[in-house]
Amino acid sequence: MNNKIKRILPQFLTILFVVLVFGFFTINAQVNMDNRGIDFGFGFLSQEASFDMQFTLLDYDGQDSYLWAYVVALLNTLLVSFLGIIFCTILGVIIGIARLSQNFLIKNSAAWYVEFFRNIPLLLQIFFWYYAALRALPLPENAEPWFGVTYMTIKGYYIPSMIWENLNVFMSCLIATIVAIIFIRIYAKKIQEKEGKQLPVLYISLALITILPLLSFLIGGVTLDFEIPALKQLAQTSFIFEGGIALPPELIALVLALSLYTSTFVAECVRAGIQGISKGQKEAAASVGLTPNQILKLVVMPQALRIIIPPTTNQYLNLTKNSSLAAAIAYPDLVLVFAGTALMQTGKAIEIVGITMLTYLSISLAIAALMNWYNKRIEIKEK
Amino acid sequence: MNLSLNRIKSQNQMTNIYIGSALLILSILDVFLNSFFRINISGSLPGNLSIFFPLILGFLGLSYLRTEYSGYKFLDTLNKNINTTNFNAFLTLFITFAILKAFPPALSWMVLDANISGDTKEACTGTGACWTYIKVWFKRFMYGMYPNELHWRINSAFLLVIGLGFVGYFFKENLKKYLALYYVVIYPIIAFLIIYYLISGGSFGLVWVETGAWGGLSLTFIVSFFCLIFCFPLGMILALGRRSNLPAVRYISVGYIEFWRGVPLITVLFMSSVMFPMFLPQDFFMDKLVRVIIAITLFEAAYCAEVIRGGLQALPRGQYDAAKSLGMGYWKMHIFVILPQALKLVIPGIANTFLALVKDTPLIFVVGLAEIAGMLALAKTNPKWLGFAMEGYIFAAIIFWIICYAMSKYSYNLEEKYKTER
Repeated sequence: MNNKIKRILPQFLTILFVVLVFGFFTINAQVNMDNRGIDFGFGFLSQEASFDMQFTLLDYDGQDSYLWAYVVALLNTLLVSFLGIIFCTILGVIIGIARLSQNFLIKNSAAWYVEFFRNIPLLLQIFFWYYAALRALPLPENAEPWFGVTYMTIKGYYIPSMIWENLNVFMSCLIATIVAIIFIRIYAKKIQEKEGKQLPVLYISLALITILPLLSFLIGGVTLDFEIPALKQLAQTSFIFEGGIALPPELIALVLALSLYTSTFVAECVRAGIQGISKGQKEAAASVGLTPNQILKLVVMPQALRIIIPPTTNQYLNLTKNSSLAAAIAYPDLVLVFAGTALMQTGKAIEIVGITMLTYLSISLAIAALMNWYNKRIEIKEK
Repeated sequence: MNLSLNRIKSQNQMTNIYIGSALLILSILDVFLNSFFRINISGSLPGNLSIFFPLILGFLGLSYLRTEYSGYKFLDTLNKNINTTNFNAFLTLFITFAILKAFPPALSWMVLDANISGDTKEACTGTGACWTYIKVWFKRFMYGMYPNELHWRINSAFLLVIGLGFVGYFFKENLKKYLALYYVVIYPIIAFLIIYYLISGGSFGLVWVETGAWGGLSLTFIVSFFCLIFCFPLGMILALGRRSNLPAVRYISVGYIEFWRGVPLITVLFMSSVMFPMFLPQDFFMDKLVRVIIAITLFEAAYCAEVIRGGLQALPRGQYDAAKSLGMGYWKMHIFVILPQALKLVIPGIANTFLALVKDTPLIFVVGLAEIAGMLALAKTNPKWLGFAMEGYIFAAIIFWIICYAMSKYSYNLEEKYKTER
């Protein structure tokens, strides 16, 4: 009996505490909203947003609904996170491997790179790139072309855009190729298990991935044109680039800062992963007669990845969450557009902040769930 | 990179060394003269070749120098460390030249062409940095809009708080058992009272200074200090809750931790500034700074809880069993056996959380508190001082870098110290 009370009482008290706190907040919110004449509800989502966004991936203008503004802003957030993740991975892997180099100079420069970018707050880095470094770029009329066709100016980075004809044919070709490659891989694995023969999967895949899309150009009627940005004079002293894609400086500053900052953490993960493989593994592999390339591919990397990937995913999640700092330099991401502008216009603080937090929360939880599934799949199956 | 440069080498090792060092020195000299004195000795070469000239020369030089054993100590260390393969030699040269090229412009901008004298923008005539700007705004960057003649209050409050932090060192042996009590309960309360009465003022004849005027680096310290001392006990409770065998307690803790870890701090701050007032009773007013501190504390507590949970999990089961077999209850067991050991394990992790916290504080700028990033934004838009964003951000970056680097080194030392003990 005594034991039962011991178990139930703390739980009861905890639940009571949580319910009381929530109840207190809800009653206050009710009273406050009644007093200010605000009602709770998500009806505003279908109303006209009537504000503009500087940079969008999908078509958007002020007449669209708040819901559409939310989707467009969310896509902007995902774009920054996606670009940041790609660049921070590339940089992080290079720096992480460089930290293990035999070369004294390389090792130390990599170490200083990590110490340098890791210990400066991300917000300051974003501000530095946006307000200081990118402001030093030339005006459009003075810009020198980079690689001949792209222009880096104070107003953004202008790159050629692709104009496709019959894009869907090309896309279906690409999807068919990927499906075919997956099937070939499965088939090759079966053959290897049954007969011990190895198919040259890599070469077959490479051939497929070049030939099929190429065929779509030759037979499917797919064409690809590039629209190169060109300088245009608006007024006496005002120039812009027309045509092509313009990447705004906000996006460049954000991606730069995010990937430089996060790459230091990724580098540490990579270093820890490679250092975590014991020397005996390599020696054992060599004594079985594997070549150095095979050792790296079949013995070291699979084990190192097992250590590297979980913390690295954590860093990717951090990067996605940190991309909300975009609000500080007016890049139209979820926080700025939805929790900023839309909130100011509608005054629906609870709903909008709630939706914003739930969005980030669901991204985090989804990636965490994916990671757990992956971890289960790759973990060492001990007998 | 399997070039077989051995073929061009002479049979005589000494000849190789002489040729190699001559080529290497020539290549470094070329870059050095080029970047420091703007003399281009390879300028007569056509077009792009003059850019790659030192790289090619140095590369040849290093490959001449590469031998298994030369007998010269310096040369052998060089070969072993930076000149093992062609690829390594190339990277070595690349980094050396990049440093040589980047050094003079950076030096002249930061020091040689920079200005620090005078009190106005007009004093900055050079092409380099304008440190006058930093000098004039220094007090603002440190103390925000806090009245100039009252800065002693902030300084003395900080000195007092730091001094009280060290009091624990001088505890006598018979008082040692109250150490944890002192740091977890008494110290935060005293620190809060000191900061409240000294910096805020309003009583004891001190003028009231509203929190809107607080700012600069001192605000960073205040916010991170309070968040740390409050988030630690909360995180401890949550960590215990997450490992409890009572389902309701466990699920509530897990929900709390996963919720705060899943949202970005900036939305939490937004919540504290626009949503939180809606949840409070009508006439109840809570200062913006207090709301921000509460928000960051709740946020960091979730991270703290995960770190502490790591420490709890690392303890062997035998510790729990031994404590239980002595007849200890849940709280007795945790306070006297489990937590002291677990907390010792997680000191480096806590230090890292604190480091992240300090790096996060500039974010309070988005809710309108002018901490150092906010003061920079303010100074940048001041019409008298337009165009010095670069200097401001570099200054702030240096300050934060020193703080964070020192902290990370300290936490690393702690980690080493406790690693050997176990």
